[in-house]
Amino acid sequence: MLKNASRQLIVNGERLLKDALKDMGRHLEQPTRRAFLQRSLSLGGLSLLSGCSIVDESSVEEALMKVSRFNDKAQAWLFDPHRLAPTYPDSMITRPFPFNAYYDEDEIRDVDEEAYRLEVTGLVADKRAWTLAELRAMPQTDQITRHICVEGWSAIGKWGGVPFASFLRRIGADLSAKYVGFKCVDDYYTSIDMPTALHPQTLLTLTYDGQPLPPRYGFPMKLRMPTKLGYKNPKYIQAIFVTNTYPGGYWEDQGYNWFGGS
Amino acid sequence: MINDTGLIHPRWVRITHWVNAVAVITLATSGWRIYDASPFFPFAIPTQFTLGGWLGGAIQWHFAAMWVLAGNGVIYLASNLVSARLKSKFFPWSPRAFLADVLAALKGKLAHADPSHYNMVQRAAYLFVMLDSVLLVLSGLVLWKSVQFPLLRTLLGGYEAARREHFLAMAALVAFVGVHLVMVALVPRTLLAMIRGR
Repeated sequence: MLKNASRQLIVNGERLLKDALKDMGRHLEQPTRRAFLQRSLSLGGLSLLSGCSIVDESSVEEALMKVSRFNDKAQAWLFDPHRLAPTYPDSMITRPFPFNAYYDEDEIRDVDEEAYRLEVTGLVADKRAWTLAELRAMPQTDQITRHICVEGWSAIGKWGGVPFASFLRRIGADLSAKYVGFKCVDDYYTSIDMPTALHPQTLLTLTYDGQPLPPRYGFPMKLRMPTKLGYKNPKYIQAIFVTNTYPGGYWEDQGYNWFGGS
Repeated sequence: MINDTGLIHPRWVRITHWVNAVAVITLATSGWRIYDASPFFPFAIPTQFTLGGWLGGAIQWHFAAMWVLAGNGVIYLASNLVSARLKSKFFPWSPRAFLADVLAALKGKLAHADPSHYNMVQRAAYLFVMLDSVLLVLSGLVLWKSVQFPLLRTLLGGYEAARREHFLAMAALVAFVGVHLVMVALVPRTLLAMIRGR
């Protein structure tokens, strides 16, 4: 018993240490981010400005955030709900398709299929939770599209599942609401605009390349939108909610553009 | 032609020039940071030359300055066309005269007695940088909104091709700026002209 308990302690200790290191990493990232102005203003001709602090760092950050909100509107205006992203033949699928998350591959969450329930809340008529089997029983479709990452790289993959528009209609979602938000098993969260949620290529994805979505690509499900950048496509979705209150997102709250359209 | 007042650059040229300079510096340095997030050439840009501090910050700068570059560029090109300055300053254009001026420039014999008159090398350089900037904006549009601009995307060879074109057009613009600054250092009164107008 004592042996077991001490082993438990070691395992817990390791996890704690890992969490602490990860937390530290996050906090260390902040000052770098905060330093962006000092660094930026020491550039070339702009160094003249840094001598006297005529610009307040937070006011510049605020102004940039305002432009980002303006860019959200510009993108919503540019977004054509009927325009389809290009699709590709099987032969062009990127193999292996890259793994990408805010953590490393060894921290991928394993979700138990039996215990899993998709929660549906907010401005919807039917708030019943869904099992995977029920979702698989809905009409499915698949598509081969280009995933574009905010970092610039892109990769082509094949995703299959339930058109999100039919799912939203099925649960009686208020389609005039502004946002659809997502909470994920890995503590990721994000939100999208309703026109994109209803786009014909927006897919509640259950499969990758004809197989059940593997853990590295977001088992049990991800929302795949070829009209948005990668970070807008949540994986390991646990809960979906429809709302008129801006829900933000994991990266969006740190400064990534909210609309993130493509 | 120097007019009665001795004005070389009208006010709108000077204003759009300096607004453009700020926009280009902001876009280039923030763009380098964005490139560094996923370089497609075997090198990255040293972060001390980049703007934004991290990818999200760099994108915010880039997508703010793009409006300044685009708006300013439209004003510049429209004024150039309406005032007929484009035609009088940058044309006529002759390949033979261009070669002659290149040779003269290499021999250090190219005359700049009249700063209001552009020789063929200058005409070529300025027209090139105008077209290059248009390519930067168009390839940038494909990167920003590749789904929403299908014709443009196809013309530029797709999203991945547009990334490289955007980078190479940036490199060409930076090369132009380098030569431009050397020329200004060699003939400093051109800097005064771009500030005071004469």
